[in-house]
Amino acid sequence: MILTLTLAVPLAGALILAFGPRFREQTARRFAVATATVPLLLLIGAWFRFDPAGPQFQLVLDVPWVPSLGMGFRLGVDGIALAVASMSALLFVGAAAYPVDTKGMARQYYAWLLFLEMGSLGLFLALDLLLFYVFFDLSLVGMYFLIARWGHGRPRYAALKFFIYTLVGSLALLLGILGLYLAAEPATFDMRALIEQQPLAGGGALAGLVLLAFIIGFAIKTPLVPFHTWLPRAHVDAPAPASALLAGVLLKMGTFGLLRIPLAMMRETFAAWAPWIALMAVLSIIYGALVALGQNDMKRRIAYTSINHMGYTVLGIAVAGAMLEGNETARQLALTGATLEMVAHGLITGSLFLVAGSFWQRGETYDIDAYGGLAAQAPRLMLLTVLASFASFGLPGMAGFVAEFHIFVGTFAVYPWLAAVGLLGIVITAALFLQMLQRLFLGARPERWADFGDLRFSEYVVLGVLVALTVLIGVYPRFLLDIIVPSSRWLVGGG
Amino acid sequence: MPVADLLPELALLVGAVVIVLFASFSPRSYQPVCAGLALVAIALAVFFTVMQSGGAPRLTFSGVWALDTMAIYAKLLMLVSGAFAIALSPRWMETDRRHGEYYALLLFSLLGAVMMASATDSMELIVGVLLSSVTGYALVAYHRAWAPALEAGMKYFLIGALANALFVIGIVLIFGLTGATGYPDIALELPRHDSPLIVIVALAFVVIGLAFKLGAFPAHAWLPDVAQGAPAPVAALLTVVPKIGAAIALVRFVQLLPGTIEWAWVIAGISALTMTLGNLGAMWQNDFRRLLGWSAVSQSGYALMAVAVVGASDEAVPSLLVFLAAYAVANITAFAAVVHLRGRTALDDYRGLARVRPWTTIAIILALLSFVGIPPLAGFFGKFLLFRATLDGGYAWLVVVALANTVLSLFYYLRVIGPIVFDKPAGEVSDLGKTAAAALMVAALLVLALGLWAQGLIALAVSGT
Repeated sequence: MILTLTLAVPLAGALILAFGPRFREQTARRFAVATATVPLLLLIGAWFRFDPAGPQFQLVLDVPWVPSLGMGFRLGVDGIALAVASMSALLFVGAAAYPVDTKGMARQYYAWLLFLEMGSLGLFLALDLLLFYVFFDLSLVGMYFLIARWGHGRPRYAALKFFIYTLVGSLALLLGILGLYLAAEPATFDMRALIEQQPLAGGGALAGLVLLAFIIGFAIKTPLVPFHTWLPRAHVDAPAPASALLAGVLLKMGTFGLLRIPLAMMRETFAAWAPWIALMAVLSIIYGALVALGQNDMKRRIAYTSINHMGYTVLGIAVAGAMLEGNETARQLALTGATLEMVAHGLITGSLFLVAGSFWQRGETYDIDAYGGLAAQAPRLMLLTVLASFASFGLPGMAGFVAEFHIFVGTFAVYPWLAAVGLLGIVITAALFLQMLQRLFLGARPERWADFGDLRFSEYVVLGVLVALTVLIGVYPRFLLDIIVPSSRWLVGGG
Repeated sequence: MPVADLLPELALLVGAVVIVLFASFSPRSYQPVCAGLALVAIALAVFFTVMQSGGAPRLTFSGVWALDTMAIYAKLLMLVSGAFAIALSPRWMETDRRHGEYYALLLFSLLGAVMMASATDSMELIVGVLLSSVTGYALVAYHRAWAPALEAGMKYFLIGALANALFVIGIVLIFGLTGATGYPDIALELPRHDSPLIVIVALAFVVIGLAFKLGAFPAHAWLPDVAQGAPAPVAALLTVVPKIGAAIALVRFVQLLPGTIEWAWVIAGISALTMTLGNLGAMWQNDFRRLLGWSAVSQSGYALMAVAVVGASDEAVPSLLVFLAAYAVANITAFAAVVHLRGRTALDDYRGLARVRPWTTIAIILALLSFVGIPPLAGFFGKFLLFRATLDGGYAWLVVVALANTVLSLFYYLRVIGPIVFDKPAGEVSDLGKTAAAALMVAALLVLALGLWAQGLIALAVSGT
């Protein structure tokens, strides 16, 4: 019930905004923020009702939808889903509250935002493969309209590229889902049954192909190199809150799907292919960091660090599934780290994109070199940007560090060489963020920024909360670990 | 004679005759009444069809007429589609002062398609195909003073004449081989002949004939022209109804063929070619109605996937039926939008429609996304079932081709959606009034509702097969 409401409220809000009374800009925004807060509160409630010592999936709802296909409206959470969904719900509140130019169409903008929230949260809460796919596609539609209508630069081109590219991914995913479904006996989309059954275990070439379909599908979404080329364009041209959601929430769909479906349901095949997945992850880590270093466009730079960070997550997942037995502790650490990284990246990169949005609102450019010497002018903006950047490259005491530490400890036990190479990524990210901070805030201030304003109250609050949470996770990760660890232990098979 | 088994068809026939008589002897101002008469005839036919459902599958009327789930489902689908076409027509036809018999033609066209779906006798099939074709030619060129309509009619007729001639030759060849016209006898006799060449030639001819009705390669070229040139309600009818009839007829026909003939590969090949050609044709189209025509071609390609695996998967027929239902509602929605907007056709004229006609825009978007197969719209379940059946039947490569085509199709559907939603309005938009709008809204609602209620759609298709 609590999970159903989590999805029903944003959907109802979206419908009211789209077809209901003609709210004015401010009313629409307040309404959207209020509506987006409800799922967050509901998920916090779910957090209290979740029993870490209980069964893997809790708060389960199972209503038949298309029983002749074995499809149901099945919702439920494990610790991983709960953590990622709560982070997403928080980010949606932030995105709704963050000021943005709605081009005179505030109701439509917030309606799509809430629609996207329904799709994204639904994906994390789904316990049915086909339902998962439904939400996967719905989120594409929502994001398409957000980018195309409210973006800048070449928004329609970016949105088209995003939609078509990620539809390729979702169709590959559909193929994989069908393969898994047809192999299951009896045929069902129930994730719990499929995890139990391990349908394609020992399935040879067919199992490999199905896994490949899943990997391609999720690699496009995540994105992993070489499937990442849709990402920079979409990020740069999207309005800032949409970029924050794209990076913070939508990218998680790829990594979350990876651990929810292939890792859990095809353990044997996944283990056989894990080294290659890990290799791809390390490639993304290094490539993402290096390319980010070369960007002069603030948003592009952050976008490429997303590729780098999602690389860490995938590395953790690959390590977790690298073998069927043995090294349980290390693999559990890696998976816990991957989940933490998802949460941390959502908060951190979400805030960084919002920061980029604040720059755009003031200067209409993302060119790093166009700015400079803003430290005295905008101290609050600098403070939060610095904190978010530090968190992003994994400074100890912040969320990114906890996550990456877990991942690398796990990886060193399983793939020591890959871990060593991957660590280089952290060094490069540190360099690129420090360099960006220096160019934005230090040095001489160009004359045109004489009246560059500091953060407004709403921006300050949203960024403040996100960054504060990053610090909280950094110094006191227990509250997250308590619910994540049992779930990841269950997934790696350590009891 | 079990006349009761033919009541739905008789209702259409009698309705058409009554309309012709009424139209001939009534003043011009009464012509629109014919639309009501036609709807009554269809309502009766639907009623009788529903009464027929639920029984065990059987052949009736000396074995020439099938009463099974496939026939009944398809019949209902065609009748409802026909009702939509009629509901869209009155205002459209207003300017044509003697248009009463137009509705009779529509009913005859429906009757032909219904016969195609039910026929289990090759002669019966010929009558169905020809009835549906001949009425189609007249309907397409109904605006006889308008050059594009005449051109479309002519093209339809020329391709149709050739395809139908080949089709009849094919049937005759089979008759010559087996001495039978009834399907059960043909199925019995065909394997006894050791001259596969003739069987293959006959197969090719029959497939070409049905491909014409289906709008599939190699006889698909008429579809874009008809979509563009025919009266828009007729385009809605002809891109949907004959297709359903032909798909069912093809399913019945391929099941007659002896196992020694690799017909499934032929159908799979045609399927792949059709969907690819249709999508390539639609890709850079700047005319919305032509684009819909090409997209209808590609959808025929998807439908053929199910036909290809009819022998290999039990899921083939139900998935075909569900797909056709989903296709029908989406296509009718798209054409209903065109009708509602008074047939505007250039893509440029659709710019900024979202600002001035938001509901029409929503309907168009729903229809197009349903074509792509975005869940939870009806089209998703149609495609999903098709893919499942095709994988199940061992044609994984065909599924991959279909997936690639789906991506391709998203591109041109977005080429429509983009300008409609994001551009500035191009100018005044006039529409066709309340009836067309109501039909459009009902159709659009069905696109969504049949997706959310996919269970019903699927359960109906599965029952009895």
